Amino acid sequence: MDKQSIFDAVQQIFRDNFDDEELVITRETCADDIEDWDSLEQINLLTAMEKKFGLKFKLDDVRGLENVGDLLDLIERLTA
Amino acid sequence: MNCFDYPLDPAYLLQKKRSLKRQLLEKQGLIEKKVAIMSGSTIGEIKNILELFLLENGIKPTFHEGAYALFYENLVFDDGSLKAFAPDVIYIHTSVRNIKLWPDAADEPSRVEEKLNAEYTRFEQAIRAALSFGCPVIANNFDLPVYRVMGNREGVDCHGRVRFVRQLNEKLAALAEATPNLYLNDLAYLQAVHGMDAFSSQTAWYAYKYAVSIDCIPYLCQSVANIIKSLLGKNKKALALDLDNTLWGGIIGDDGPEGIVMGNETPAGMAYAEFQSYLKELSKLGILLNVCSKNEEKIALTGFERADTVLKRDDFLCFKANWEPKSRNIAAMAQEINILPESFVFVDDNPAEREIVRQELPGVTVPELGAPEEYIAAIDRSGYFEVTTLSADDKKRASMYKQNLERAQLEQSFGDYNDYLKSLEMHCEIGAFDAPHAERITQLINKTNQFNLTTRRYTAAEVEGIMADPAYITLYGRLVDKFGDNGLVTAMIGHIQGNVLDMDLWIMSCRTFKRRLEHAMFDELVRRAAAAGVEKIVGHYYPTAKNLLVRDFYATIGFEQTAQDDQGNLTFEFTGFAGYEPQCGVMEIEIV
Repeated sequence: MDKQSIFDAVQQIFRDNFDDEELVITRETCADDIEDWDSLEQINLLTAMEKKFGLKFKLDDVRGLENVGDLLDLIERLTA
Repeated sequence: MNCFDYPLDPAYLLQKKRSLKRQLLEKQGLIEKKVAIMSGSTIGEIKNILELFLLENGIKPTFHEGAYALFYENLVFDDGSLKAFAPDVIYIHTSVRNIKLWPDAADEPSRVEEKLNAEYTRFEQAIRAALSFGCPVIANNFDLPVYRVMGNREGVDCHGRVRFVRQLNEKLAALAEATPNLYLNDLAYLQAVHGMDAFSSQTAWYAYKYAVSIDCIPYLCQSVANIIKSLLGKNKKALALDLDNTLWGGIIGDDGPEGIVMGNETPAGMAYAEFQSYLKELSKLGILLNVCSKNEEKIALTGFERADTVLKRDDFLCFKANWEPKSRNIAAMAQEINILPESFVFVDDNPAEREIVRQELPGVTVPELGAPEEYIAAIDRSGYFEVTTLSADDKKRASMYKQNLERAQLEQSFGDYNDYLKSLEMHCEIGAFDAPHAERITQLINKTNQFNLTTRRYTAAEVEGIMADPAYITLYGRLVDKFGDNGLVTAMIGHIQGNVLDMDLWIMSCRTFKRRLEHAMFDELVRRAAAAGVEKIVGHYYPTAKNLLVRDFYATIGFEQTAQDDQGNLTFEFTGFAGYEPQCGVMEIEIV
């Protein structure tokens, strides 16, 4: 999967999870920018990404994910 | 199809929870309930998804969340916040991760026994503390541990954790069986259904302290919500069953009774036979079975005359085998049995028939059906008929409804309705609430929707409290007639203040509508109120989606309407004690 398709798929996950079809994310978007993005929602985002990309994150993978850029890098690394 | 029916799509529910909640909140007639969730592990997402399943069942929850893993401390040493919340339900979400005192390989058997009792006592204390809030308590039993150091011997040896957990579960089951208001959520069964590796993910535990994998949270919440909706009288009551390719394989009109597939001779026959057995078991719990099939009745009946059929004609209440639209047949059955269409689950292998019923009767539940070997799961896994209490009346329910249909046939042969009522040779027992009847009274209070003036719900503890309080007048009524015993079918609660009796509750089961039983009850209420020095009875009507039937009821028995507010709540007053003439007059009354 190329970077753009991964980005589009992640954006759609954010839109579904936060019930906001207008939501636009960037690599810098982080929990401070989206009101409902708390630790609980972080888990749901990761679960949705596992489903979408057919991955199973390891404990090490999900540590220190600070923003959308970190999530994109992780998915790119695991799907490469 | 409905995303809350079998088979669930957990990923969809988790991802779409916000928009689903938005849609569900638009439903009419939601009842508000306060639910406290006590934590043995992370409960954040459990709360969100439980909310969806409760909303789907018409219940709008507000939540109190216990502190992380502090279920014991929060319950046993409540800092006042739980009491102030005044929960309607407490759910204790504990799991195998909360067991602290495991047997050690070096322990003497007596030491293992001590540990077992100590662990059990800790959970029992938490449960008893929860019960002291006077509301229903739902507690998990324990899922099995994810590893076994001794392998299979773990289930045998007293030092084995598997054996330890199974013993704890047996003790919890005994406690729940003996304790009113306590209900077990069978975590062990859920884990078995979904598989340990899927249900008890180590990653979810280490990373987020979830005892149940994220993907399985919807199943957990469905299970808990089923217990709650059952307690609130929101179970389904009846099945409308198609015949061809639903109860047997093939088309009886084309293949003839000998050509249809049933019985244990073929794989498909076994699937249909077991499905029939499953339905028969449901009917023994009081679930009403009805046929709803496009067929010639005479031909359809021959299917139930085969030697190897499990279900017989007698197992069904209504038998609609005709060429009418099925939605019309279901509506007609609802009217004949006197239950609401939304109490029906419609089971049909034909997607087109399912779709028509969904459109014409949106209240009816219509599960998706796949292959015959999946029929049982389609009904069983959704928990439409979740049993929380099982009274003797439940088991007799099918025969009572059958007697009702016989009464209806008799009614048609009488010109005068009073003559018909007298011909029923009714005998009514009326008495104040007492311990032997308390369980059935509580059940009736929480299930009755149509003849229910105030739709107030009471827990078992509240009913007991009222029984012991001299400021209350309570009455229950039990009706027997020549066709059989209807059981305890009506109850009323009023409280006396000065010389005024204020009616908190008046309910009657729909199976005894139009028998003048309500008049018999009122006659006795007037008698007891007068003896207590009451000069005025105040009655209330609070409208719900289901109780329009009794909107003007008080006016028909001698009350005057005195007020109406903008919610449609009505107030009535009765002062006609002097020279009161009993209004019933069609049955023998026995005061106990």
